[in-house]
Amino acid sequence: MNDRNRKLKPFVPQPDDDLIVCRCEEITKGEIRRAVHDGMFTLTEIRRYLRTGMGLCQGQTCTKLVKGIVARELGVRPDILEPSTGRAPMRPIAMEVLAKDREEKAT
Amino acid sequence: MKRYDMIVIGAGPAGLSAAIEAAKRGMQVVVYDENAKPGGQLFKQIHKFFGSKEHKAKIRGFHIGEELLAEASALGVQVVLNAIVIGLFPEKEITVKIDSHVEHIKGDTILIATGASENMVTFPGWTLPGVIGAGAAQTMMNLHGTLPGKRVLMLGSGNVGLVVSFQLMQAGCEVVALADAAPRVGGYGVHAAKIARCGVPFYLSHTIVSAEGEDCVTGVTIGEVDASWQIIPGTEKHFDVDTICLAVGLSPMSKLCDMAGCAMEDNPGKAGFVPVVNAYGETSIPGIYAAGDVSGIEEASSAMIEGRIAGIAAAARLGFISQEECKAQAAQQEEALSGLRQGMFAPGMRGKKITETEEGVAISENLLRHGFVAEDEIERFPGVTHNIGVHPVIECTQNIPCNPCQDACPKHCIRIGSNITALPSVNPEQRCTGCGMCVASCSGQAIFLVNEDCGDGTAEITLPYEFLPLPEKGNKGIALGRDGKTVCSAEVVQVRSAKAFDCTHLLTMKVPKEFAGKARFFRKEEQA
Repeated sequence: MNDRNRKLKPFVPQPDDDLIVCRCEEITKGEIRRAVHDGMFTLTEIRRYLRTGMGLCQGQTCTKLVKGIVARELGVRPDILEPSTGRAPMRPIAMEVLAKDREEKAT
Repeated sequence: MKRYDMIVIGAGPAGLSAAIEAAKRGMQVVVYDENAKPGGQLFKQIHKFFGSKEHKAKIRGFHIGEELLAEASALGVQVVLNAIVIGLFPEKEITVKIDSHVEHIKGDTILIATGASENMVTFPGWTLPGVIGAGAAQTMMNLHGTLPGKRVLMLGSGNVGLVVSFQLMQAGCEVVALADAAPRVGGYGVHAAKIARCGVPFYLSHTIVSAEGEDCVTGVTIGEVDASWQIIPGTEKHFDVDTICLAVGLSPMSKLCDMAGCAMEDNPGKAGFVPVVNAYGETSIPGIYAAGDVSGIEEASSAMIEGRIAGIAAAARLGFISQEECKAQAAQQEEALSGLRQGMFAPGMRGKKITETEEGVAISENLLRHGFVAEDEIERFPGVTHNIGVHPVIECTQNIPCNPCQDACPKHCIRIGSNITALPSVNPEQRCTGCGMCVASCSGQAIFLVNEDCGDGTAEITLPYEFLPLPEKGNKGIALGRDGKTVCSAEVVQVRSAKAFDCTHLLTMKVPKEFAGKARFFRKEEQA
């Protein structure tokens, strides 16, 4: 997917481009399609560029939807797209909780 | 840092089963679950499970959950709730958020049993309040005692969509329609049949065009799709609903496996991104196991066995049992697992078109298209026979691994044989006493007792009934056919409830005898 010479078909607006796909961050289908044409060919890039899947549900709702849209735009099968990296913390967590973790270690 | 012999992530069917097997062999086990209640999906499952005795068939899911919890606690397994595992690292260390702090814990073995999350589909209006996952509807009804809505459209004809539709009706909602973009019903035919005969119309090859409403759902439009999944103009149908339930599949929640560095694969046969595991559920990192939906979407019954195998393997890894013992004990479980993975719905059968049963009987096409077996199809199945006096009529038409009906009959009228997926057949030599044990034992509610001719021009049909309020003897109403349409008027002549029936009531209705083969459900006359 990292072939930067990949030639995409020109971006064609679609009637449902204003459909919200990532509800937590309110990212639309059109924005995701546009991002692919801006050169974001991997799900990690899309995530960093648009914040899809970085909200409250941490991608539990939209990951599969975003993957499908990106794959269609690239003209590839969704299962060849590498999922974005999994990192701790897995769930949204308050900063004060994380900060306490460090305090405990110090004592 | 705290250290356990085994850390289990997820207190669902797989996690609890693994914890039990590990603790039985002397291991010190802790189970973390992010939810306030343990049991995962089990406590939402109020229906009876399919399978054989060993698979806990005909026991309702939440009872299985209670059994597992009791067994785990008796063995000293520590179950910690509201505990969110936020990190899993290759050194077999986890970080878990409990209350308002994060704990670091080491496990000599770790089992990931985090289950799955619901898939969504997008359509205009899909973010309106009132569009919910079918699993969410189930959580509201069965865990919190809250109705998700009054009038519901269900999208998805897999087992989740079918089972939740039935539960919505049990809770008092009206299911106005069941739609699926696929051309055929995806779940068990018996689950479809029990909602079709209540009058729920099936719209296969249909999907949602849009949800309507300003600040919540007030209606939905569905339309028929062509071979390339595009809506065919002019086929749109509108329904006034306040709730749209989506049952469009599950995805494994496997991010923790990925984070730990386990080798992963995107496997459509397992419904998504899953860790690569060996026969014992061990991932590419020795000592880290995965079981249940996280390693491939299946049913709770298989999740429990996968969990047991992982628990046994973990015990062998730490030397609590020998390798030989591990092999022998896991082999027993694997036999049970392969018993479950048979028949028309086995994991290997996904996407294959089946035209006839193992017995060579042509399958019911109408069941796959409309949710019920048509009148001209039903007679060809071995469970459907005619006899003088009361006798069972078994409308079980697909090869699924399930056989409680065979053991339920004290007179041995019903035979499945050693092949658990075989269709049940009726032995006409054995006299049926009309006890009804078979009717209550059938998890698919597909067995009826029929007396085709009571001698006075009437016939009596006994059917499984799981709705409230329970009709009473003498109630008049209408008999519905397999298609949910009115057949004739009917009168309740008996309602039987017994502990052994486990909340499946046996309702006997009297109908004119020419309708003995048609009438399959009773609806009380609306009070004027």
